Formats: sequence, structure tokens, C-alpha cells
Amino acid sequence: MTESTMKPPKKALTPVKWMREHLFSTWYNSLLTVVVGYLVVTSVGPLLNWALFDANFQGADASDCSGAGACWLFISQRLNFFIYGFYPDELQWRVDIMFLLLAVAFVPQFIERFPGRKWFGIFGMTGLPVIGYFLIPGGNFGLETVESTKWGGLMLTLILAYIGILASLPIGVLLALGRRSEMPIIRGLSVVFIEVWRAVPLITVLFMASVMLPLFLPEGMNFEKLMRALIGITLWQSAYMAEVIRGGLQAIPRGQYEAADALGLGYWKKMGLVVLPQALKLVIPGIVNTFISLFKDTTLVLIIGLFDVLGTVQSTVTDPAWQNVAVEGYVFVAFCFWIFCFGISRYSQNLERKLDTGHKT
Amino acid sequence: MNKTKSIVLGMALASGAFAASGAMAATTLENVKEKGHLQCGVTSGLPGFSQPDEKGNWTGIDVDTCRAVAAAIFGDAKAVEFTPLTAKERFTALQSGEIDMLSRNTTWTLTRDASLGLNFAGVNYYDGQGFLINKDIGVDDATQLDGATVCIQSGTTTELNLSDYFRAKGMEFKPIVFDTSEQTVQGFSAGRCDVLTSDRSQLAALRSKLADPESAKILPNTISKEPLGPVVRQGDDQWFNIVKWVLSVQINAEELGVTSANADDMLKSDNPNIQRLLGTDGDMGAKLGLPADFGHKVVKMVGNYGEMYDRNVGPDTPLGLDRGINALWTEGGIMYAPPVR
Repeated sequence: MTESTMKPPKKALTPVKWMREHLFSTWYNSLLTVVVGYLVVTSVGPLLNWALFDANFQGADASDCSGAGACWLFISQRLNFFIYGFYPDELQWRVDIMFLLLAVAFVPQFIERFPGRKWFGIFGMTGLPVIGYFLIPGGNFGLETVESTKWGGLMLTLILAYIGILASLPIGVLLALGRRSEMPIIRGLSVVFIEVWRAVPLITVLFMASVMLPLFLPEGMNFEKLMRALIGITLWQSAYMAEVIRGGLQAIPRGQYEAADALGLGYWKKMGLVVLPQALKLVIPGIVNTFISLFKDTTLVLIIGLFDVLGTVQSTVTDPAWQNVAVEGYVFVAFCFWIFCFGISRYSQNLERKLDTGHKT
Repeated sequence: MNKTKSIVLGMALASGAFAASGAMAATTLENVKEKGHLQCGVTSGLPGFSQPDEKGNWTGIDVDTCRAVAAAIFGDAKAVEFTPLTAKERFTALQSGEIDMLSRNTTWTLTRDASLGLNFAGVNYYDGQGFLINKDIGVDDATQLDGATVCIQSGTTTELNLSDYFRAKGMEFKPIVFDTSEQTVQGFSAGRCDVLTSDRSQLAALRSKLADPESAKILPNTISKEPLGPVVRQGDDQWFNIVKWVLSVQINAEELGVTSANADDMLKSDNPNIQRLLGTDGDMGAKLGLPADFGHKVVKMVGNYGEMYDRNVGPDTPLGLDRGINALWTEGGIMYAPPVR
């Protein structure tokens, strides 16, 4: 380390000095500190009381909830339904295996120097969906069939998000390349596809898929509602993805394309080996942003009567046997979403750090 | 504008053509038998009518109506798959053949019966719209509600009934509209309105969700008629008859004192009405395309109408609804089924 890049010496502050500098430096900062401090002190106490100290965690039914605090008992009693939906009890091990495989594939990604973690990630992208495709619906290898109408809860949310994410990325890449292509028909089709799908709200797409589409299909040719929703979500999402990736493609300097041409690389090699690796790396934040918003958008399937984790909670909080448990239910849903979205976000930051080649300033 | 119109018309014609071609295919009963289960559309969660319980099993009076039809066809009340539907989707799901019958808290009205290509196969619950009020405002009758603020759930017929009622009485009201029923209760609980209006069957459940249920009471007035019942596609009379008569069998069973507990003993009964109902005499089942003992199966597996009512919405359930007009005609209600003969 040369002298010019050396960091300034750390300032050692006593707590009192630190407070004076950060909290009470001017009269209005002091005032804000006092007001905010008051709000925090008065709200945290009741919140903790509600969520922890006065809350009911154990018991058998609604009468074990005192009503003084949160009734988490409601969540624990219904947890099975919130996670698996209507999936038959005795077959839930199949879903458990998928949860386990999901953890096996992605937990190593958070641990630096985990041996062969790249392979775990690749398994997550390829092997995992294939296993899921056979395991969850069943119907082959002697597994009992479970109709998609019985899937629900967190499991359905994850299926929708996972397939949506996994399928929209490659379609998005192709659309982005298509939009920048020099072939007019391909370019035209890509532009039309992107502009049409991006210009309609997801709710419209889902309604179209669940309400209008069945009217046009001949009787007997009904594909499942879940399948229709999945196709809708994937196409809609890939239009967004395409534009994010196009942003990356545009950021690659012309020289890179020309250099690849000069090396005699064909179109696919040029894109696959030179342009896309750089472009995708640049737009990781944008891609992850789209993933996270897709993850949360899956809750919209609620309006077409699919029971995702929010749907299962909403359908049961009205149960008259319990007191008002809506808040507990929604807090639980928020927590589920936060865990997964935060996970995705941390993973992407990891990825960015790992792929960083010093372009960031 | 004209273009839009012709596109919409084209869509409607195309869908009509498909619906017509569908009617010529196999009958609904054949389709259901081939599938091995009945596909039944229900709500996505309405206490007492159709709601998943702790284990994810559907329960409710609408759900039991579906189970009874399954019991009649297959002799197995479990041979049903449920499709949760939103209010907007329900009729399309039935028209397109995604479900075989709709049992989703649906009010029988002329428009729906005449213009949607559907048939209402009877009434399994007579509901009506009522009011829940804060005791503090000191009102005993809905006619005293002039100038009240009213909490309503948006997009339901409730909203229309309410304005009809107030206009007819020459009264004013201030609506406060919410999206879901929990929000409506929260709004009422927080004192944003004096009155909450909803179907009477739900008012008791909503009241139990209040922080202090004693602070509110239900007014005696009923301002609308909401006959709720199962719905089938138009154009398959056999299927229409099956759904209609399964419900009638349940109501007749209550009238004749046949319950799920005594259904087996009643097979030995000398009463010709009971014999016809349970299939020990006559060929009632064959006329509908069902097994001869379908009535016995329905009552044994799902119960008679009264049992179905008590189990799901009756006084011993959290909803705690008295039979009221849903009592049999012999007991002061209007529940009346044509005879099985």
C-alpha cells in the first residue's frame, strides 16, 4: 500500500463525544434526537409486549389465546396449511425433499470457500427443477398423482417464483438479443413482444389467463389454471427482463464487439463468450430487482383463486372460531416474504463481489 | 369504438360457439364419472359456507352440498375436488367446464339465471342483508338510520342493496368502502362508521371479531333477499336434475326424520315416503341416472339438511345462526322441497 492510498487515521471517540457529535451537534439535531427517541421508547415497549411477552405461543385451540397479545398459536396451528396448502399429509415428504434440496443448493452460496459451491448452484438451476417436475405432481415412478389444485401455501409461492425466475432469464436474454439484432423480422417481433407484455398489468394477464382463455379453448382442452398462470407470469416477466439485459448490452463498448469480430468469432460465440458475460454482470442489481419484484408479484395469483401463502392466510383469518387474528396472519406472511427477498438480495451482493473485476468505482 | 364493439362481439360469438359445441359432447354426468370425481367451485374462504380448516379440509354448507352430489353419484362423499373461485371468476369457470357445479354463496337473481347460460338448482340457504350497529348510537330499527355513516365491502351487491334501501326510505347515508371483510370490521371497530352492513349470515361472525363484541348489536331488519344455492350449466337437464334432487332429498330427509345416524335403520321403515327416499322402493335413482340407493348414500354420508345446517352455521357453531326462515316449512320456515315420488 503506497502512502497516497492509505486510509485516514481512525478517530477514537468516547461515547459521550460520539453522541455530542452525531446526536446533539446543533439545536435542531438535539430536538430531533429527543423526539425520535421518545417515539422509539414509547412504541418499542408495547410492540414487544404484543409480539412476545403477552403473546400466546402454546395451546390447543382458540380458547388458549388470552387476547392480551399476539395469538401466534393461530399460525402454529395452521402452519401446515400455510406451507403445503391442500397437499395430502402423507405425501408432504415430497415437498420436504424439495425444500431440503433448495437449501442444499443455495445455502452453500452464502459460505465463502465452500468446496464446489458452484456445482451446488448449477444443480439448483438444472437438477432441482427437473426433480421437482417429477416429484411434486407425481404420476410416474409409482408416485401418487397430486393435482395442481391441491398445491398451495408457501410451496406454491416458491414454485411460481422459482419457475418464473428460471424461465424468464433465458427468454429475456433472447428477447434482448433479438431487439438489438440486425435482422428486421426478429427485431420487429421482439419489439412487439416486449412492448405488448410490458404495457399490460400482471393482473390483466392473470385475468386473461384464468377467465378469458378457457372460453376460447374447445371443451375438454382445459389446461390447469396453475399452468396458465405460470405461462402468463413467465412471459410478462421475460419482457421486463429483456429490457434490463438490453441496458447491459448497451453499456458494453463498441470495441468489445469489434474485438470479438476481429477474432473471427461467430454471432453466438461473440455474444456468449465476450458480450453477455460482461453485460449480465453489469446488470446484476437490475436483474435481482426484477426477481424480487416477481417474487412479491406472485401474490397476485390470489385474485384468480390460487392459494399462495398470502391466499391461505387470507382465507383462514376470517375463521369465526378465532378472535381477530388478521394482524398475526399478515405479519407471518410479511416475514416469509422478507426472508426470501432478503436472501435473494444478499446472494446477489455476494455474486457481485465475486464477479467484480474492478469496473466499479 | 365500433371496432372495439365488433371485437367484443366476435369474442362473445366465438365463446358461444364453443359453449354450444361443448353441449353436444358427452353429458356432464358421463364426464364426472369418467374423471372419477366431482369438480366443485367454492369461495376462497367464507366462514360457514366454504373455508379450509386446520388440516386444509374444506368445510361449510356449500362444501357439504357438493359432497352430497358426490355421494349420490359415486357413493363416496370424498370424491370431490374443490376449486376456490373469486366472485369475478365463478361464472366463467362454470361456463368453460372447468368445474361441474358451482356452490359458492351465489344469489339467485333473474339476470344471472336468464343471461349467463346457467341454471340455479335450488336454494341451500336463504340469506338477506342486515345491519350491525354500535350500541352507543341508540338505534333499534334501520328506519332510524338517516344520516348514518355505513361501512361496506366494495364490489358486492351489498353496496347496491344499501343505496336502494336508503333511497326508497328517503334517507341519506355516508358510505365508507373497504376492500375485504376484515378491513370492514377494523373500520367499524375503530369507530369510523356507526353501522356495518353485510349478509346476515356473516354479521354474527364479523361481530365476534370485534375487540368488544358486546358493544355492537344486529338490527332485526333484513333489507334484501339473498337466496343462495348451487348452480349448473344450462343445456344439460339430467345434470341439473341431479343437483336439484340431491338437495331436495336432503330437505325431505329432515322432514321425514331420517338422519345420518339412523339412515341404516330407516332402510327397514314401512313409511313409503322413506322407502322411496332411501331407494328401497321404486326406481327413483334410475330416473336421474343414479344408483337406486343414492338417497341413502347422501343422507348417510353427508346428513339431512338440518344436520348440514347445524354442523356448519347452526347455533352450536361460532357463527351461531338460528334456523330462522331456513327452518322447514313444517316448523315455521320456508325450506320446502318437492316430494320424492
